[in-house]
Amino acid sequence: MASACEPLVRVQADDFDLATETRRLTARRRDVGAVVSFTGLCRDENGRLEALELEHYPGMAEAEIIRIANQATTRWPLTGLTVIHRFGKIAPGDNIVLVVAASSHRRAAFEAADFLMDFLKSRAPFWKKEHVRGSAKTGWVEANDKDLEDLKRWED
Amino acid sequence: MKLVYFAWVRERIGLSDETVTLPADVKTVTDLLTWLKGRGENYEAAMERPEIIRVAINQEHADHSTPLPPHGEIALFPPMTGG
Repeated sequence: MASACEPLVRVQADDFDLATETRRLTARRRDVGAVVSFTGLCRDENGRLEALELEHYPGMAEAEIIRIANQATTRWPLTGLTVIHRFGKIAPGDNIVLVVAASSHRRAAFEAADFLMDFLKSRAPFWKKEHVRGSAKTGWVEANDKDLEDLKRWED
Repeated sequence: MKLVYFAWVRERIGLSDETVTLPADVKTVTDLLTWLKGRGENYEAAMERPEIIRVAINQEHADHSTPLPPHGEIALFPPMTGG
């Protein structure tokens, strides 16, 4: 098997562009047969939320996503992998996270993207704080047991 | 030892980081959480349920039985909710 690809990981306040990131993994290549992307967006929770504020642990956030991404590249034969996670205040409708997985075959790309999101949810050091519309109220989003359950799907 | 705090752990303690000298009998992550809990009301509020506090030693996840390193950065935070 060819050596594992080097994942591109970015943790940034700025938005990202799916088309640009997809093109980066496919341009001038002839071995890519499948690109699967996942974009996580901020919901307004039926109008309740003004914004989400994402806090992160600078340094560890990047390091942890790189560790998770490297696990994915050794587990599946990927030709490219990009993970971008935003921090700061994010309005409903705006992007939070992007995973783009490219491979010669679709199943590897689908599974790698799914794996990445499950691990990001419970392992990457990011925390969401809710800003409630029309109020000074804020509250931290509680961790979801379901997210931990999802991780177990990837145990051998 | 440098301690760094995130999310509601940071808010309850009222500090984002601090440098502390640990007593000699504080040897593991569990010892550290217990010691911190006794440092005042704000720490007690943050360590109300020490079992749910997540810990990273030099930016890598560590479980509560992990021995503390001689130096470095220890981060304490709630379960992650990113993604």
